[in-house]
Amino acid sequence: MRILIKHGHVIDPANNVDQTTNVYVADGKIAAVADSLDGFTPDQEIDASKQLVCPGLVDLSARLREPGLEHKATIESETKAAAAAGITSLVTPPDTNPIIDTPAVAKLIRKTTQDSGYCKVYSLGAATQGLSGEHLSEMAALKAAGCVGISNALTPIKNPLIMRRVMEYAATFDLTLFLFSEDPSLRHFGCVHEGSISTRLGLPGIPEAAETVAVARDLALIADTGVRAHFCHISTAKALQMIARAQFEGLPVSVDVAAHQLYLTDMDIGEFDSQCHVRPPLRGQRDMQGLRDGVRNGSISAICSDHQPHEADAKLNPFIETAPGISALETLLPLSLRFTDETGMDLSAVIARLTIEPARIIGIDAGNLSQGASADITIIDPEHYWKVAPENLLSRGHNTPFLDWDMKGRVNYTLLAGNPVFSRA
Amino acid sequence: MIRRNIQLNEQGRLRHFLTIEGLKRQMLVDILDTAESLSGVTDQTVKKVPLLRGKTIVNLFFEASTRTRTTFELAAKRLSADVLNLNISASATKKGETLLDTLNNLQAMHCDMFVVRHADSGAAHFIANHVAPHISVINAGDGSHAHPTQAMLDMFTIRRHKGDFYPLSVAIVGDIMHSRVARSQIHALTTLGVTEVRVVGPKTLMPKDVESLGVHVFHSLDEGLRDVDVVIMLRLQNERMQGELLPSEHEYYQLYGLTNERLKLAKPDAIVMHPGPINRGVEIESSVADGSRSVILQQVTHGIAVRMAVMSTCLGSHADGGAA
Repeated sequence: MRILIKHGHVIDPANNVDQTTNVYVADGKIAAVADSLDGFTPDQEIDASKQLVCPGLVDLSARLREPGLEHKATIESETKAAAAAGITSLVTPPDTNPIIDTPAVAKLIRKTTQDSGYCKVYSLGAATQGLSGEHLSEMAALKAAGCVGISNALTPIKNPLIMRRVMEYAATFDLTLFLFSEDPSLRHFGCVHEGSISTRLGLPGIPEAAETVAVARDLALIADTGVRAHFCHISTAKALQMIARAQFEGLPVSVDVAAHQLYLTDMDIGEFDSQCHVRPPLRGQRDMQGLRDGVRNGSISAICSDHQPHEADAKLNPFIETAPGISALETLLPLSLRFTDETGMDLSAVIARLTIEPARIIGIDAGNLSQGASADITIIDPEHYWKVAPENLLSRGHNTPFLDWDMKGRVNYTLLAGNPVFSRA
Repeated sequence: MIRRNIQLNEQGRLRHFLTIEGLKRQMLVDILDTAESLSGVTDQTVKKVPLLRGKTIVNLFFEASTRTRTTFELAAKRLSADVLNLNISASATKKGETLLDTLNNLQAMHCDMFVVRHADSGAAHFIANHVAPHISVINAGDGSHAHPTQAMLDMFTIRRHKGDFYPLSVAIVGDIMHSRVARSQIHALTTLGVTEVRVVGPKTLMPKDVESLGVHVFHSLDEGLRDVDVVIMLRLQNERMQGELLPSEHEYYQLYGLTNERLKLAKPDAIVMHPGPINRGVEIESSVADGSRSVILQQVTHGIAVRMAVMSTCLGSHADGGAA
C-alpha cells in the first residue's frame, strides 16, 4: 500500500520540518517527506491542504481499564478513541487487575491491543509486586516482556529504603522509573487542593507539600542511585521548580503534565463538580501558571492525557466519594492546540511535547516522520470547531470537566503503520 | 458558562437552603423576620399553623443527630406538615445502595421536602442537583461544609439580643477546620454586615487560607475575646479528629476553654453561644455555660421558629413559581 498525503502543513519537530509539503508512505513506513518523489505511484491520495500533518501522538499515561475494569472501558473502546484523537502510541500504567507485575499480564495486554489494532500500547511494569511497595517486581522479566518502564502507579512506595532499592534495581536494567510523587501521610484523606477553595467547601485538602516532600525525597534518591526517572503529571509549581533545578544540575529526570492541569484550577470545582475530582488535584492559579511556563521553557517536555475513563455512576456521589479521573484522550490534542493560541508558543514546539519528546522518554522509535520510520501519522483540521459532548466522544468514559467547551482542532485521519485506523469520512 | 445559583428558582426565590454563601442580605433578613413572626406560634396553647398542611417532609439523616432532627421535626409539625424520619446511616448505604438509589426510592413516595444531614461535604448540593423540580432540599449539615439553619438560628439569637448587626464584633472559638457551623456562621455574619468576625484557635484547627472568608485569625483566646459582643464556642468534635491535632483536652481547656475569668475580656454585655452539644470542662466552663451571659438554651428554642421560617419559605417559593 502506497499513500501520498498531499499539500499538508507538515510538522515534524524531530526533523525540524514545519512547511507545506507531501508525505510519501510505502509498506507501512515513511518513504519521504518532500515536495516530490521520483517513481512513486500512490494507491491512495489524501488531500491534506489546509490541514496539519503530524507524527501520531504519543501519550505517556492512559488507562484503558482492561483487564479488570471492563465496566468502565475496554482496550478496544479506548484505543479506538485514541486513534480518533490522533494518538498512535500510548503508555498504560500497571494498576490494572491483575496488576502488570508478571510478564504474563504484560503479554496479555500486548496481545489484546495488537488484535484490536487501533493504537500501539506500551505497558509500564509494576515496580513492586502487587504494587504493595514492599517487594521488588521481576523487572528484568517485565522488560523482556516489553514493558517500557516501571512504576508503582498511584500507590506510593512509603519506605525510602524500598524506593532506593527499586531505583537501584531498575537502573541495573536501564529501566526508566515513572514516579507519581505524592506523600500519602500528607495527602491524608484529602481530595482537593488545600487552599481557600477546600476551606470554603469544607473538603479535606491535599497540601502542596504532599507533592514537594515526595519530589524532594525522590530527587535525592535519584541523585543517589543514578536511575533515569520520569515524574508523571506534576501539579504544583514548586515541585516543578525543584525538578527543573535537578535537570539543570544534570540529573536524568523528565516530567510531564496532564493537559487539564494547564486549563483548570481548584476554582473550577465550583459547587462540588465531581468532574473536577482528579489526582493529583487541580491546584491554584499560580500553579497552573507555573506549569504553563514549564511547558513553554521546556522543563516539562511532554503533555499527556492522564486518561481515566469512568462509568457515569462513578461520578454520581458527593464529591469525596466519587472516583477521581478525567476521560481525556479526545481533548488532549485540542487543548494542546489551544495552548499555542493562548500563549503564542510555537506550534511545532507544542507538537514536539506530544510526539518526539514523549517517545524519547519511553525510548521508542515513534513521534517522528523520519525516512524509514513507522508511518504513524495524524492529519488534523486545525480550524474545525467542535463541542465536547458525549455524542462526540468515542471513549466509553464521558467524565470530563470540559463538557460543553468549544474545542478547535479535530483529527480527520490517523494512520498506524500506514493503515488508516481512523478516518472521518 | 454562567450557572444559576442552585438554591434559587427561576424567580430568584429561595427553593433549596443549602448554604448561606451566595444568598443576599435581604433573604437572610426575611428569614429572620419570618421566624420572628412564627415564634409566637410556639407560645400558643395550640402550637400549630396550617402553612404546610398536606405537605410531606422527609428528615433524611445519614449521620446521627438528636437535637437538629428533633427541632426540624417539631418545626415541620407546627407547620402542619407530615413528617417522616429516616436514619439511613445504618440501613441502606451499608447494604450497598447508592445515595442516588436511596433518593430515587424516596422520591417515588411523593414527598415535598428533604431535610438532609450527611457526613460528606457537598452531599446536600448533590441531592439538590438530582431531585425532581417540585422538591426542596434543606441542608441540616453536610460534612465540614455548611449548616445554614444552625447559623440562621444563631443570627436570630444575636439579633434578639443585640438588635443591629453592623456594630458587632464576633469571636468564633475552637475547631474551625472541621466545623460546618463555623463556616455557615462566617458567611451569615459577613453577609449581615457585622464589623468584625474573628476566628480563634490553634493552627492545627484552622483551615488553610481561612482569611479568604473575611475573618481575622487569632491564636490567643485572650486577644481574640477582647471587646467582642458575641462569643461563639464550638464543640471540640472528638469524633472528627483523624490525626494528632491536639496534645490533650487538658491543654486545650487551658488555652481555649472559655472561663468566667476570660469572659471579662469581652464587652460587659457580651453573650455566649454554643451550637451544642457542649463539652463542659473541655471548651467551656460549666458556670459560663449556665451563667447569665449564656444564651445556649435560647438558641435551641429559636431553632424551631427559624426552621419553620426556612421550611415555609422554601416550599412557598414553589407556590409562587406555579410548580406546586
